[in-house]
Amino acid sequence: MGLELIPISRPAPGSGGLTGTWRTLKPLVDLAKCIDCGICWLYCPEAVIDWEKGKKISIDYAYCKGCGICAHECPVKAIEMAPEET
Amino acid sequence: MRQLASLKTALTGNYAVAYAVKMAKPHVIAAYPITPQTTIVEKLSEFVAKGELRASFVNVESEFSALATVYGASMAGARAFTATSSHGLFYMYEMLWWAAGSRAPIVMAVVTRTVGPPWNIHDEHNDILAIRDSGWAVAMASSVQEAFDLTVQAFRLAEKAYIPVAVGLDGFVLSHTVETLELPPQELVDEFLPPRSPNAPMPLRPGLPLTFGNIPSDDRIHAEHLKRIYWAHQEAKKAIKEIDAEYGKLLGRSYGGLVERRWLEDAKYAVVCMGAWCGDAEAAVESLRREGVPVGLMRLRFIRPFPDEEVAELEAAEKVVVFDRDITPAGGVLGREVASVLGRDKVVDVVAGIAGVDFKASDFKAAFRKALEAEKGVVLI
Repeated sequence: MGLELIPISRPAPGSGGLTGTWRTLKPLVDLAKCIDCGICWLYCPEAVIDWEKGKKISIDYAYCKGCGICAHECPVKAIEMAPEET
Repeated sequence: MRQLASLKTALTGNYAVAYAVKMAKPHVIAAYPITPQTTIVEKLSEFVAKGELRASFVNVESEFSALATVYGASMAGARAFTATSSHGLFYMYEMLWWAAGSRAPIVMAVVTRTVGPPWNIHDEHNDILAIRDSGWAVAMASSVQEAFDLTVQAFRLAEKAYIPVAVGLDGFVLSHTVETLELPPQELVDEFLPPRSPNAPMPLRPGLPLTFGNIPSDDRIHAEHLKRIYWAHQEAKKAIKEIDAEYGKLLGRSYGGLVERRWLEDAKYAVVCMGAWCGDAEAAVESLRREGVPVGLMRLRFIRPFPDEEVAELEAAEKVVVFDRDITPAGGVLGREVASVLGRDKVVDVVAGIAGVDFKASDFKAAFRKALEAEKGVVLI
């Protein structure tokens, strides 16, 4: 007997599917305005924003649901929510 | 057997279970400390408070939480114990299925008592029988000594078969009655029951994140899982016999595995029962035999897994009288289970002693004769 004793799930990226397809508004970042503060990274509920001090941010659109929290929290309004192209 | 001194003493059934748990050295004990709890956990909390038992004793706010706590501990590799009774057991009901479905090797003492209404705290088996289909192994002791022995054996069984085990003992008749028993030396219990392996194949580990009990990606995974619990119970029958035999070799007492047999070799009639009142049934059967009635006794120690093969041995008997200390709208539980093996023509189901009504050896004799007259079906005493 081992771990096969009961059905289990191991964590994996996107185990719930490509949730980026749920998005109706897409966060677009103006990196020229971005002040590299990391607040959007801190607030993103889906952890799809990558940030390393000095390198600014990037968003993983495969899993970003377009909730807009990053745009709301950005202190310099560097993120704009643009309608998703259909 | 090696010569290590056992301690001959006298204890209530509750304290016998508490001593057995102490000697099994569990890591976690959780209990809801108000009615319908018993002195099993009271004594264990005393052992922990005095430093005689190094375990985490978790007082929780309900029986649901008590079982949830030992369930979680068990899934992380701990040896875990809880105890309950009657309505407390029913408050655990949902968690019982989750623990069994997760193959958590918990041991739980169930002091069997009536279920209301009306409010009554006396002995009956309806409470423990109601969990028989949840995936737990369900056993019943017949004496204070066996309550001790069965509790120690239950940890071995649970941890070998990955099935949680409920150890039943009759409310008041065993739980609060002082009987003599032998407490084995700790060294022998340690030898019989080594610590639970730290490599136990349980999923909860720091640094190994995973989920169990989540929605299956395919319903067939769930179906397979349920079938495995059936097979685990079938395999556990062998383990129960082996564990009981090994216990006998090492600690001096064994009971026959899933059932205990008395005078069945030449029996034209067989009595089947479970729990503490089997002592009275045995006295009645012995008395009937002295009167020339060829009758034997089969005491069920386990009802899950159900001893189908052992009950089938009673094919040779002309009539089988099953005594149920429980009642359902369909009759007694054991009567129907035994009839499912032997057929309804051979079995008479006597429902007696329910709601804690006293039932003595002389009552067994009278009911046995009444059952033979009835020939089949249910006899309500």
